[in-house]
Amino acid sequence: MGIADITFYAFAVTLLGAGLLVTVSRSPVHSVLWLILTFISAAGMFVLLGAEFIAMLLIIVYVGAVAVLFLFVVMMLDIDFAKLKGEMARYFPIASVIGLVLLMQMALLFGSWQEAEAARELRQAPTPELAEMHNTKALGMIIYDQYFLLFQVAGLILLVAMIGAIVLTLRHRKDVKRQDVVAQMHRDPAKAMELKDVKPGQGLG
Amino acid sequence: MVGLEHYLTVAAALFVIGIFGIFLNRKNIIIILMSIELILLSVNINLVAFSSFLNDLVGQVFTMFILTVAAAEAAIGLAILVCFFRNRGTIDVEDVNVMKG
Repeated sequence: MGIADITFYAFAVTLLGAGLLVTVSRSPVHSVLWLILTFISAAGMFVLLGAEFIAMLLIIVYVGAVAVLFLFVVMMLDIDFAKLKGEMARYFPIASVIGLVLLMQMALLFGSWQEAEAARELRQAPTPELAEMHNTKALGMIIYDQYFLLFQVAGLILLVAMIGAIVLTLRHRKDVKRQDVVAQMHRDPAKAMELKDVKPGQGLG
Repeated sequence: MVGLEHYLTVAAALFVIGIFGIFLNRKNIIIILMSIELILLSVNINLVAFSSFLNDLVGQVFTMFILTVAAAEAAIGLAILVCFFRNRGTIDVEDVNVMKG
């Protein structure tokens, strides 16, 4: 067993263990931290597979953005998570049964699976030799050429998601005094102030 | 020697863990969202493994698109969650029956 195999098994065991702990851990903050470990081990597996760009993307996007987003939301919401966890024992049997059935179905499928004869001829974009072009450059050559439309649509999806998230969470609180710039700028000093000549010995009334 | 089958097994196990997590945490929608992320990650592992063992880059391209959609989904899901919590004061999924659907 070579060093690559040992690394693979280490990453695989970490991935599955951390993935399981995401679902069963007591506090959601711990769940998010286990999720980060899951993503990092998946990134390690991708490096082993020769997909360095995807691995780095996984760390930047998932660990850097999505996991932090989860962490923010978990810490922002004031929820009694212990009460929610108490319900977990009730759902454990049905969850295990569904998981086992799914696992058995996949094992059946896996037993009868074999690679198609024509799979190698059907390749759309064969990977260039490493000496010729590295992974990131090869990916860029395909994405900005063959998959340019899909790339633009992906950008559009992100834009829509961003606008949607902002619109959903934006709120105007009515009980807070705010600066109204337009009203300030259109304020006329002549109308805002009135001078009264008060005679001595008399009031204003 | 680690082959394609090993990677597919890991991905299948991760997928099952994700489904298991959804059913185990019926009440807690944050963990459900994390389980969905796990499922998407398992799909990504499948795509990258096939891409690597067939020497075809298209799998990695589609992995990037799945990554994009997963990030957008997490952002929107958490925004809806924050909005819901602000209005109702709970994140219990079984309370989400305002529309009586």
